[in-house]
Amino acid sequence: MTITRRHMLLLLPAAAIAWKHVLAGTPEASPNYKMTDHWWGMLIDLPKCIGCGNCVRACQAENDVPDKYFRTWVERYHVTDYDIENPLVDSPDGGKMGFPPAKVAEGKNFFVPKLCNHCADSPCTQVCPVGATFTSPDGVVLVDKKYCLGCRYCVQACPYGCRFIHPETKTAEKCTLCYHRITKGLTTACCEACPTGARQLADLKNPNDPIHEFLKTHSVQVLKPHMATHAKVFYNGLDGSVR
Amino acid sequence: MKAFQDAGHLFRLAAVFLAGGLAFVGLRAFLVPKSFGQYGHYRGNAIAEIAARPVNYAGHQACEDCHADVLEIKKNGKHVHVNCEACHGPLAKHTDDPASVAPAKLDTAVLCVRCHEANIAKPKTFPQIVSADHSAGLPCDTCHQPHSPAITGAGTSPVTSAEKPGGKK
Repeated sequence: MTITRRHMLLLLPAAAIAWKHVLAGTPEASPNYKMTDHWWGMLIDLPKCIGCGNCVRACQAENDVPDKYFRTWVERYHVTDYDIENPLVDSPDGGKMGFPPAKVAEGKNFFVPKLCNHCADSPCTQVCPVGATFTSPDGVVLVDKKYCLGCRYCVQACPYGCRFIHPETKTAEKCTLCYHRITKGLTTACCEACPTGARQLADLKNPNDPIHEFLKTHSVQVLKPHMATHAKVFYNGLDGSVR
Repeated sequence: MKAFQDAGHLFRLAAVFLAGGLAFVGLRAFLVPKSFGQYGHYRGNAIAEIAARPVNYAGHQACEDCHADVLEIKKNGKHVHVNCEACHGPLAKHTDDPASVAPAKLDTAVLCVRCHEANIAKPKTFPQIVSADHSAGLPCDTCHQPHSPAITGAGTSPVTSAEKPGGKK
């Protein structure tokens, strides 16, 4: 078929629209990603955390998290001797800009990064009255912003305090485990920015993921195991005082 | 039959219920998104919508594709496992269009102390300094090159081993 001038004129708008998509960098729907092949979690290696706040800043930059709200944050614990029931915890601005010198030096001091635990049996998704929050087939707890009413049931239900209502959209917000990144083969923004490797994305369905070797050889805990949430954020070296 | 003399009422009632039922089914089919229930009690398309968000952190693979020279410098240094964007910040715009988007120049006075300022809660093995008495106000990169921070040249270091709580590693 020869392309006449008339054909060419007809093709131009189509080409222009297609090119606009290319320019806009419209992300393709990850053609090689199969949800059923993955089961996402995270490993937090506490003895490596230096409380620099890189993860908090990276999360805010990656996900446009509003100021004073956090999808991930870092807490500093201070435990005096045997009193592990009453730790002193501070987290100035979520640890975003690091931590000032500790007020009390004696005792035990350490950092604990926190984020959504992406529970396999999450209380937050169970209470949603409209099906706006759910656990995806690859194990990530997500919020459908178009469906969320902003009723805050999930904010109350999360035992880890990982959800908030976005001050502008008035819908529930939380860590998506950088779902837009992990489906493209990248790691999360917090893991990418962590300078010490204290945070590592883990694909529990991938037999070659180093998480399996790590879980085999370390004493690993989840937060609040008594809540039976089947949390998938695993903490190495977690102190008993951490709530 | 006396019992059925007003049966018309029942038919009218049934018709009202039937119309109501049909309206419900019709409206439901119209209002509930097609993908609702595809994977569970939620809108299946929401997953793709969340996944469509553009990335800001390009990931160290993207950096290393072009900056092999920096990778070579980092290879033998203590910062080998520190990803580029941990210090340089999110640069997906730069990897998309390297020519027109240049990464900002970094300030070592801000960046280095974020990690290396001494804090009681940091792991004892992590190299820490008290910036106020470490370098007499000199910028960090006078002595340390961030991509491979160990001081290699003899006699360039104003730092004594006593100042390094973590020890030289």
